[in-house]
Formats: sequence, structure tokens, C-alpha cells
Amino acid sequence: MSFASILRFYAPAHTRLSGRLLLVAAVVALFLILFLLLPVGTVIYTAFANERGGFTLGHFSTFFDQSLLRESFYNSLAVSLASVAVASLIAVPLAYFTVRFEFRGALLIHTLGVLPLIMPPFVGAVAMQLIFGRSGSINLLLDDWFGFGIPIMDGLTGVVFVESIHYFPFILMNLVVALRNIDGAMEEAAMNLGATGWRLFFRVIFPLAMPGFIAGAALVFIKVFDDLGTPLVLGATNMLAPQAYLRITSVGLEDPLGYVISVIMIGFSILALWLSVRMLKGREYATLQKGGNALQRRKLSRWQALLAYGWIAVVLLVVLSPHLGILLLSFAKVWSYSVLPDAYTLQHYTTVLSDSGSMIGNTLLYCGLAAGLDVIFGTAIAYLILRTSLPGRQLLDFAASAALAIPGVVLAIGYLRLFKGVNIPFTDTPFTATWVLIMIAYAIRRLPYALRSCMAALQQMHVSLEEAAESLGATKWRTIRRVVVPLMAGGILAGFVTSFITAAVELSATILLASSESQAPMSYGIYLYMQSIAGRGPGAALGVLAVVIVALGTYASNVIVERMSARNVQRSAQQSME
Amino acid sequence: METMTMNLADGSHEQTAPLSKAITLKKVSVECRGIGLAYGKTEVLHDINLNIVPGEFFALLGPSGSGKSTLLRLIAGFNRRQRGHLLVDGKDITGVPPWKRNIGMVFQNYALWPHMTVWDNVAFGLVERRLDKAAIRAKVGAVLELVGLSDYAQRRPNQLSGGQQQRVALARTIVIEPQVLLLDEPLSNLDKKLRVQMRQELLSLQRKLGITTIFVTHDQEEAMTTADRMAVLDKGVVQQIGSPSALFDYPANQFVAGFVGTVNLIHGEITHVNGETIRFLSPQLGEISLPSIPDGPRPGKASISFRPHTVQVAVSDAQRGNEYVWLDGKVELCEFLGEFTRYRVRVGDMLMTADQAHFSGLPQFQPGSCVGLGVQPSQIRYLMS
Repeated sequence: MSFASILRFYAPAHTRLSGRLLLVAAVVALFLILFLLLPVGTVIYTAFANERGGFTLGHFSTFFDQSLLRESFYNSLAVSLASVAVASLIAVPLAYFTVRFEFRGALLIHTLGVLPLIMPPFVGAVAMQLIFGRSGSINLLLDDWFGFGIPIMDGLTGVVFVESIHYFPFILMNLVVALRNIDGAMEEAAMNLGATGWRLFFRVIFPLAMPGFIAGAALVFIKVFDDLGTPLVLGATNMLAPQAYLRITSVGLEDPLGYVISVIMIGFSILALWLSVRMLKGREYATLQKGGNALQRRKLSRWQALLAYGWIAVVLLVVLSPHLGILLLSFAKVWSYSVLPDAYTLQHYTTVLSDSGSMIGNTLLYCGLAAGLDVIFGTAIAYLILRTSLPGRQLLDFAASAALAIPGVVLAIGYLRLFKGVNIPFTDTPFTATWVLIMIAYAIRRLPYALRSCMAALQQMHVSLEEAAESLGATKWRTIRRVVVPLMAGGILAGFVTSFITAAVELSATILLASSESQAPMSYGIYLYMQSIAGRGPGAALGVLAVVIVALGTYASNVIVERMSARNVQRSAQQSME
Repeated sequence: METMTMNLADGSHEQTAPLSKAITLKKVSVECRGIGLAYGKTEVLHDINLNIVPGEFFALLGPSGSGKSTLLRLIAGFNRRQRGHLLVDGKDITGVPPWKRNIGMVFQNYALWPHMTVWDNVAFGLVERRLDKAAIRAKVGAVLELVGLSDYAQRRPNQLSGGQQQRVALARTIVIEPQVLLLDEPLSNLDKKLRVQMRQELLSLQRKLGITTIFVTHDQEEAMTTADRMAVLDKGVVQQIGSPSALFDYPANQFVAGFVGTVNLIHGEITHVNGETIRFLSPQLGEISLPSIPDGPRPGKASISFRPHTVQVAVSDAQRGNEYVWLDGKVELCEFLGEFTRYRVRVGDMLMTADQAHFSGLPQFQPGSCVGLGVQPSQIRYLMS
């Protein structure tokens, strides 16, 4: 027996690192450095570097000297904050009504609330223009009946409207979870001490649900601040993301202002994340204790019920309007200056399937590969963080999660800059001309979702299950393959699906990285179609197909996850009977 | 380790003077008249009649699912009764919502709001009552001093130990000067040593304030050591009401006998009663003759019960005093508990429990040895079934 193997034998199990795990850690680190840290670093460096490579703040003062860019900055900020406010107005009552009262269709609302997420906001934007726009259905009707219109889709208001309709589920879902976790005794204690009604809500219930609300609100802010597709489709180019895109595509990769905008966008994303973490610090109260009861559901009085159901009906109608609109549009022969399309056709679908079938294939290929990479890296990082004492392992988690704060446009600009002139090894094809970078951008941007999912799965698994395998003679590596990964399967699959469906609707990195139409995925295809009036029909048809693919994926994964957990429950029931 | 104690224990006047200025409590009665509650077909509470006198420390004792917590929550106003009336201080409050009842409740898990400091938690009820700031400051200060937490006012609940959280919950409740104080299993979240300490503190606080207190517990020791009187509940029915010693010495039925303390129960039938003897026939033991007692039982199906600590254990061939009724048996199990030794003795078909007080040098009976169990007739209770 060699000295090293003796050492290894006597070292505590937790600190023993096999060579393979070190190799895995190195691969993960290399991937993150090459495709996240270096590109973003390049962007930041370029924003602060002068012609000779020295440090300068000159580009920033140039930025603030240009009134268009200054205006864009304020617009982006205002639109993001306003979207958070409007999304809250929609989400807070929905969450409260459905958790707090005996409410028919609460499940339906929570399910429908997810729908807006599976359609890219810029797709919905086109449909919403047809419905709520100046010459859209609603305004035509209003003009007919009352002689006035509501210019809700004009300019920045339109962006706020589309974004808040699209992203309010982030607040809804977080808030529902937070409300459900409140211990009923917290509320009863307040009632016992004399609080009721609004005061009870504002002094006790809402503050207790605050962590959920803030987490959701921060996400909405970041998403809206980063979104490129919606402002482009609605023609609101006086915002930061469109300006960055236009700078890079029209002025060129050498224009420092695009990088300045990128740095500002990163800064605000980090600021929002940091603020939400700071506000939540020490407030992550899992208030529902073992044996405790959740909030008691109350019965609505007749008037309350009328008001609540009325409000919810209006909200659902508005929320679902982009979906209905896209569906109508995809079947419409002509839909212009009329409440509903004049005639219907299947023409658009045949057009899309014959012309753009490859786009569907591209989406499946890129997103499948990206989600696959995400769960492999997610599982590896989760294992390294939770089960080994690898020095600096927290850095991996930090780096992977940092992708949340990097807008798609910024990442794409970073790739274009970093890989400019770099060819794929042994060929003459430049990196930037292939779809590989699109796929990797998806993988990097969706890695945080997959990582959270894998971490949660591994955290729920008791370490003794692995120790049992090791004591029965399985090596670390075999334990991972035979025990850890199979038990994490549910979480891994959930991570795969989340990565897949959110990547399928990604546009902001795609739009810069797709170098030719043959490489374009569906989201880019929809965007291209939507540029022209004639393309709207096929664009909508492609949008419907995207929604169907995403919905099918979500449904299938739910079924599989449920079957798996049912099997696990059965298994543990058998164990307890034995 | 809990090192703090409440300031009340010594009862000095300097400390209570500011309290009595800040907080005044009135002693009121609580009366349940024929209260009933059912969820669907399951009857949770059945015809509850209780009369709790002003200033009393009253315990509701019962196993889980007995309806004791439901009754407490009903008094607080969180559960709606379907039948009967609830009177506090002679006034019917049956239809009054919880926030208007002015009945303070301390929750099992304390239900301290994590988003507020200790001070804000305690001040909550006073803010709801729209008191002015100076009055709030005076009252909260006084009550925090009462529970010995003045230095912790700016902490958050999750920075406190279990015992401290309990004190905050108490302070938050009594600061609103409630008519009645309700305690829902207040000691169940504390470890054993702390539980005994808090039990004594609770009692001295209650005595000092004189507030009518209703206390729910499943722990008979807790109920017996603190309560003036208690009600034993089972399956939503009040089985017996009385002082702890009355319930222990004179249980009304088998359930109370078995739930309050440990008991030996022999099922059978009283076949014959005359001026001198009672004959009790049981399938396991055959017929036993017992001296009759005034107002004794009548013939019919019955059980006899006696407490393990009243049983004499003697070697089977020892001289037997005739003031005892003797049963022959064989020791099956012997548990040494320090203060006493608990024997499980097989008598006929039955296992009896007998506790023998322990003194150093006193030998134990080993399993397998034959013993006589002496039962004093005056300690035997007849429970009609």
C-alpha cells in the first residue's frame, strides 16, 4: 500500500476528493470563465479603456452628454419601476384573494397565471397592439360606442403594459408561496389583540409575505430592464437595451457607447439583486412551523364575492388577451382596422411549416443542448458545493448565479467581441458564424435556474444514503452514478425543463448572435416575421407553435416528475411496512 | 441556560408599584352554557358546561383530540360554537368577533411576529386600541420589566431563547389588560428543566395579576401543579371538574382515573352489598370481599381502582395485617425510579402496578419472586360502568 493511498484511506470521507471530481470542477470552472467571466470582463474593460488601453471615464461622460442616451437611461428606469408597480397591482389582489378566501377556481388562476411566461413578451406585444392599440379592437369599440379611445399601447406606456402583463406571475407565484407559509396563529394573535381588516393585512399579513413579494418584484425589475424584444417590436427604441443593440449593429463593435450601456445595465441588475438580498436579510422566516396551520380560509360575503370575481375576470381577460390575439392573428386573412379579423385561413401555418421548419428544429436542438449542459453543470456544481470541501467551491455557485445579473444583450456583445476573429479549431469557420455561441449563451443564461433546481434536489437528500452506499463498497464516483443522480432525477428534470422553455423564448442574445437566417431559432424567426405587416400572420403562427411546444414540454415534465415522486412515495411506504 | 427570572417571584412592592399604575386587571368570571360544536358529523364539543370563578387558574386537561384546544379557541372567538352560550363577566359574548373580545391568548408556538421587534410585538395591541404614545411607552415598559426583558426590547423574536419568547408572548397578551388570559399548551415548546421553572413563574404571575386564566394542557402534572381547578375532557365531553386533589382521589370514571395519575383498574361486578361487606366478582381474580363504606356502591357492573403508591408489597409468607386486602402475585418486572421502585405484578390474569417508596438499604423484589399486594380498602374507588 502506497503512502498516498494510506493517507486517502484515513482522511475523513467528506474531505476526500477523487481526481475525477477535481477534473469535473476544473471543467466547470473553465466553462464559466470562458463563456461568462471573460466575455463580461471584456465588455467592462472596453467601457473603461481609452484608445491606448488605459483607464478612462470619458466614455461615460460621452454617454451622459448625449440627450438621447440620457433619455434612454431614465426611460428604462421609469419603465422598469412602473412595470413593477402595475404587476404588483395585478398580482397582489390575485394572490391574496385566492389564498385567503374560499375561492372557486383558485387553482385555475394559479395555472393561468403561468401562461404569460411561456410566450415571449414581444410576441404578445404584436397581438396586444391589435387589441389595445390606437386602431385595435378595444379602441375601435370604444370609439364606436362612446367616441373616445384609450392610448394605452402608445410609446413607453405600451411597453409598461405589455411587460407587466407578461411578468406579473413572478410576483404572483412568489407571493402565493409566501402567503401559504404564514402560520395561522400569527394572524389569530393579531386578531386576539384587536386588529382586523385592512390593519390586519398591512401590519401583519403583508409584512410576513414581504420576502416573497420582494423576490418577485426584483425579478420583474431585472427582466423588464433587460428586455430587448418588446421595446423593439413596439418601436420604443429610446430605452437602454434597444440602444445597446442599435449601437452595436449600426455603429459597430468598436463603438464604446454600446459597452457603456452594457455596464450600466449590469450595474442596475446587480443593484436590484443586491437590494432584494439586503432587504430580505434576516427576514427569510419560514413562519409555518411543524404542526402549525396555514391561514384560515374565509367565506366571501355576497358583495365581496361579486367584487373579487369581477376583478379577477377582468384581469384574466387582459392577461389572456395576447394569447387570444396571437391565435386569432395566426388564423386571420386580414386583420386591420377591425374588431375581429375579416376572414380566416390556415395559410400561415403551411407557410411557416414549409419556409421555417428548420427554425423549429433549431430551437429544439439549441435549447435541448443548452438545457442538457445546464443540468450536467448544475448537478456537478450542486454536488461540489454541498458534498465536498473543495476550496473556493462557493465561487462556482457565485459565478454561475451571476449570470442572472447579465442581460442577454450584454452577454452577446461580450461574445462578439471576445470571439471576434477566433476560428473553430482546425477549420476556417469563425466562431461567431456558427450556432454554437447561441447555444452556449442559452446555457449560460439559464444555468442559474437549473442550478437552483439541482441544489434543492440534493439538499433534500440525506447524506446517509450516500454513506450507506460507500460503506457497502461503492466508490465516490459509483455512488454518484448509482445513488445520487437517480435520486436527484426529479430535480434534474425540473431544471432541464425550466432551462429549456425559458431558452426557447430567449430573444435578446439570439438577435445579436444569429448570423444567418438558416441558424435562427423560432424566437428570432418570429421577430423577423413581425417586422413586416405581411409577416404578422406567419409570425403569429410560429408563435402559436412555440407556445404549444413549450406547453407540451411543461406538461410532460410535470407528468414525469409526478410519476417519479409517486414511485418514491410507494417505495418508502413499502420500506416502512417491512 | 436560562438565567433570568421574572421580577415577581420576590413580590417586592418597589417593583410592582409602577406595574399596578400601568396595568389594571379586573377579575371576571367565565361561563360556558351547553356549548356544542360539530364538524360535519364529528362532534368536537358536546354540551360543555363550565363555571370559572373570577381570578381562578383553571386547567383544561385531556388527550390530543379531546376538544380542549377547540374549546379554548372558541372562548377566544376563533371557532364558532353551534349551540350554547359563552358568558364573560356575566355578559353574553357568543357573537362578538375575536378582535372585540378583549380576551388575551398566548399561542402554543407563541406566534411572535418575526418582522417586529420585541417592543413592537408587545405594543401591537395598544396601537390597535389607539392609545397615545406616552401611555403605550409606559405600559410596554412596565410589562417588559415585569417579565424581565427590558434589555431585550429592540431584539427580534428569532434572537431570543424559547423561554424569552414565551415571556414576550405573555407580555404582549397581558399588556392589553385582557379580561381573561388563555394559555394554549404554553410549556410544550420548552425543554423539561425550563418547563418546571416557567410553570412556577406563570403561576406567580397569575397570582400577582389576579387575572382569570384558562390553561390547556395534555400533561396532568402541569395541570395538577398549577391549577386551582381543572376540567378533564375526552371526546368533546367534560368528564369531571374539580380541584386536582379531588380528581386524583375521587375520579368520577375510568377515564379520569386513568388519565389523572396511574391507576390499577379491575373490571367486574358487585354481586352483594350489606352493612359490613361488599362482594366484588371479577373474571380474573375471582371474588373479593371488601369492607363496606358509607354511601357505597350498589350491586351491578363496576370497576374498582386504586393507586399504585397505596399498595403495600410484602413477601408472600410475611405476616399480613388485616387492615389490608391481600392479593397474591408474582413479580414480572421491576423498575427502579429513584424515589420509588415500580413493580409489575401478575395477579391471576392481570398485571397490577405497585410503587414502593425507596430508602437506601431497602432490598428490591426480583422478577419471579412471589409477593403479596396489600390494598387499603379506604383507597379503593368504585367506578360504576
